[in-house]
Amino acid sequence: MELTTIWFIAIAVLFTGYFVLEGFDFGVGMLLPVLGREERERRAMINTIGPVWDGNEVWLITAGGAMFAAFPHWYASLFSGFYLLFFLILLGLIVRGVAFEYRGKGDTARWRRRWDACLVAGSALPAFLWGMVVANIVRGVPLDANFDYTGSFWGLLNGYALLGGLTMLLLFATHGAYFLHLRTTGDLSARARAIGLRLGAATAVPALAFLVWTQAAHGNGASLVLVVGAVLALVAGLALDFKGRGGWAFAATALTIALASAALFCALWPDVLPSTGDPANGLTAQNAAATEKTLGIMTWAAVVFLPIVLLYQGWTYWVFRKRVSVDRIPEERIPVA
Amino acid sequence: MDVLDLARIQFGVTTVYHFLFVPVTIGLSLVVAILQTMWRSTGKTVYLRATKFWGKLFLINIAMGVVTGIVQEFQFGMNWSAYSRFVGDVFGAPLAFEALVAFFLESTFIGIWIFGWDRLRPGLHLACIWLVAFGTVASAYFILAANAFMQNPVGYQLNETAGRAELTDFGAVLTNPVALAAFPHTVFASWLTAGVVVVAVSGYHFMHRRDLDVHRPAMRLGVLTTLIGGLGLVLSGDSLGKVMTATQPMKMAAAEALYQTTYSAPFSVLTIGSLDGRHGTPIIEIPGLLSFLATGSFSGRVEGINDLNAQYNDLFGPGDYIPYIPLTYWTFRAMIGFGLLAMAMAVIVWWSTRRGRLPAHRLFWPVVMWMALTPFLANSSGWIFTEMGRQPWVVFSLYQTSEAVSPRVGAATVLTSLIGFTLVYLILAVIALKLFFKYAKAGPPAEETALASSSPSDDPDKPMAFAY
Repeated sequence: MELTTIWFIAIAVLFTGYFVLEGFDFGVGMLLPVLGREERERRAMINTIGPVWDGNEVWLITAGGAMFAAFPHWYASLFSGFYLLFFLILLGLIVRGVAFEYRGKGDTARWRRRWDACLVAGSALPAFLWGMVVANIVRGVPLDANFDYTGSFWGLLNGYALLGGLTMLLLFATHGAYFLHLRTTGDLSARARAIGLRLGAATAVPALAFLVWTQAAHGNGASLVLVVGAVLALVAGLALDFKGRGGWAFAATALTIALASAALFCALWPDVLPSTGDPANGLTAQNAAATEKTLGIMTWAAVVFLPIVLLYQGWTYWVFRKRVSVDRIPEERIPVA
Repeated sequence: MDVLDLARIQFGVTTVYHFLFVPVTIGLSLVVAILQTMWRSTGKTVYLRATKFWGKLFLINIAMGVVTGIVQEFQFGMNWSAYSRFVGDVFGAPLAFEALVAFFLESTFIGIWIFGWDRLRPGLHLACIWLVAFGTVASAYFILAANAFMQNPVGYQLNETAGRAELTDFGAVLTNPVALAAFPHTVFASWLTAGVVVVAVSGYHFMHRRDLDVHRPAMRLGVLTTLIGGLGLVLSGDSLGKVMTATQPMKMAAAEALYQTTYSAPFSVLTIGSLDGRHGTPIIEIPGLLSFLATGSFSGRVEGINDLNAQYNDLFGPGDYIPYIPLTYWTFRAMIGFGLLAMAMAVIVWWSTRRGRLPAHRLFWPVVMWMALTPFLANSSGWIFTEMGRQPWVVFSLYQTSEAVSPRVGAATVLTSLIGFTLVYLILAVIALKLFFKYAKAGPPAEETALASSSPSDDPDKPMAFAY
C-alpha cells in the first residue's frame, strides 16, 4: 500500500479514536445539568470521566500533529479555511479543560454553577462544531490555486454541515448517556438509561438523514456498507439500553461513531479537501502529502508508539473500571482557608 | 493594523502566556516526584503532606498549560498557513512525535496519578508521577527541536517546484545544535522557575511560622532546585550563546546592539541614551565579555549589525535584515538579570535559614515572595529575545515572517480570535492565580487526612480518596 494511503487511514483512525473517546466525555458534560439533580450526582458524573478525559483529548493533539506532518496542505487549508470554527472549538476546549480541574476547588455554589456552565458549553459547542468541520470537509469548499479557502465563514454554515453538527451533538450525548448508565449506580444509572433511550431515538432521525445525504451525494460502495453498519449499531444500542445492558449499549454507540466516521472518511477518499469550484484546486491524499521520507519516519513512529499508547490507555480504563456511586462521593470536601 | 501584525501579536500573546505555565509544570512535576519518593523511602508523613500540598498546586498550574497548548498547535494552520505549507514536511514531524511519544504519556499518567492514590500499589503510583515528569521533559525536547529548525534550518533541502523545505535527515533535525543547547537551557530554566515558586510559597509559611516541619524540607528542595537550575542556566546559556553566534550572528549582535564589527567587544550592563543603543552611553560596561560570550575568547571578533546587514544584502537580496534592536537589547538583559536575581535570592534564603534559623526582618519574606516574579520575567524575556532576534525571518535565512501569514484570512477574523483568546486568557489568569494563592495559603493537609487517602483500599463503600 502507498504511504499516502496508509497516512490517510492513520489520520482517519486518529480522528475516529478522538470522536469515540472524547465523544462520551462531551456527552457527560452536556448531560451534567440534565441528569445531575444535586451536587453529589454532578460530582459522580464528572468523576466517571475524571481520570481519562485528558488522555482522550490527546487523540486530537496527535491527529492535528500527524495531519501537519503527513499532509501539510490539508492541515494548512483546513485550519486557515475553517478559522472561526476552530477558534470556537478551541475556546470550548479551553474552558472545559480548566473547568474539570477548578470546579471542585471552590467553596460556593455560585462558583460550581459557573464552571458547570463552562462544562456544558465546552462540551456541546465543540461536539456540534466537529460535526460541521467533518461535514464541510466531505462536502468540499471553494479553494484557489494555492489551495486556500476563498469562501467566508457563512459559507461553512450550509444545511449539510448544520445537519452534521446536530448529528454529532446528539450522538455524543447518547454515547455519554450510555456511558453513565454503565459507569454509575442506582438511581443515577437508571435515569441515564432512560434519557439514553430518548436521546438515542432523537439521534436516529438526523443521523439517518445525514448519513443518507452523505451516501447519496458523496458515497461509494464501501461507504454504503459502513453507513448501513452505523445505522444498525445505533438501533442495536437503543435496544440494548432498553434491556438495561449499559455496557453493550455503550459499545454499540462507540461502534456507531466509529462506523459513521469511517463512512465519512471513506466517502472523502481519495480527496482530503475537495474543491467545489475548479476540481484541479482540490486537495487529494496525493497532492496534499508530505514526502515519502517524512511519511516513512512517521510510519515507524506510529508502529512503535501507537500500540504502547493503546496499552497504557487501556490499562487506565481497567484501573478505573469500577462504577462510581453517588454514595462514595465524599459529603463535604476538605475545607480550605 | 494588518493581518500580519495581528497574527504576530496573537502568536506572542498566546505563546508567552502558554510558557508561563510550561516551566512550572516541568519543574514542579519533578519536585512532586522527588517529595513522593522521599515519602516512600523514609515513610515520614511530612513528605506525604508536602507531596499532597505541592501536588495540588501543580494541578492548578498544569490545567492551564494543557489547554493553552492546544491553541499553539492549531494556530500554525490558522494564522500561518503559508508557513505550514512551506515547513510542514520537516516541522510537523517533531510536533507529531511530541504528541505521540510525550504528551500521551503525560496526560494519561497524570489522570492515573490524580485518581489512583487508593487504587494502585504505592510503587506503581509513584512511577506514574515520574512518568509525568519524564513526559514533560520529552515534550520540551520535541518542541525545541521544531523551534530549532526555525532558528537554524538543518536536515532539509529546498524543493523549488513544490515551493517547500523537504526533510532529508530527521536525525539532523533532532540533533540540531540549537536544539541540543536550547533543551538543557529550557529544562534548567524550568527547574529555576519551580524552585523559586517553592521557595516563595514555603516562605509564606515560614513568615507565619506554620507547618515548618513540612515546609522546611520543601524549602531546602526549592533552594537546591533553584541553584542547580541557575548554575545549569549559566553553563547552558554560555553554550547556547556560542551556537547562536555561529548560526545567527545577527541575533548576537542585536543582543548587544553592536553596530560595528569589534574585537574584545564589551558587554554593557546598563546604557542610557537612545533605546536602540546607537548613541548610547554605557553606565556599566564589562570589557571583552560579549566577545567571551560569543566566541569563548575575551579578544574574539564579534560581527556588527551593519556589516552583517551588508552581507545579508549580498546573500539574500536588498532588504533590511536587522531585528528590532531596542527589544533584543533589553530582553537579553532582562533574561540574564532576572535569572541572576532569582539565584541571588535563593542563596540569601539558604544562608538565612541554615540550621533552623528564621530571618527576623519583617520585610524578608514579603521580598522573597515578590521575587517569585523573576523567573517568569526571565523566561518571557528569553523567548521574546529568541523569536524577535530572528526577525525578519520566520525560518532563518529561508523564509520571511511576512510571507508566512495565511493569505486568505481577513484582519477582522484574526482580530476576533485575538480579542477572544486574550479576554479568556485574562479571566483565567485571574482565576488561576486566585486559586493558587488560596491553596498555597491553606497549607498542607493534616496528617490523618493525608494518610487516609494514600493507600489502596478494598472497602467498597469507602468514600473516594480524590474526586473532582
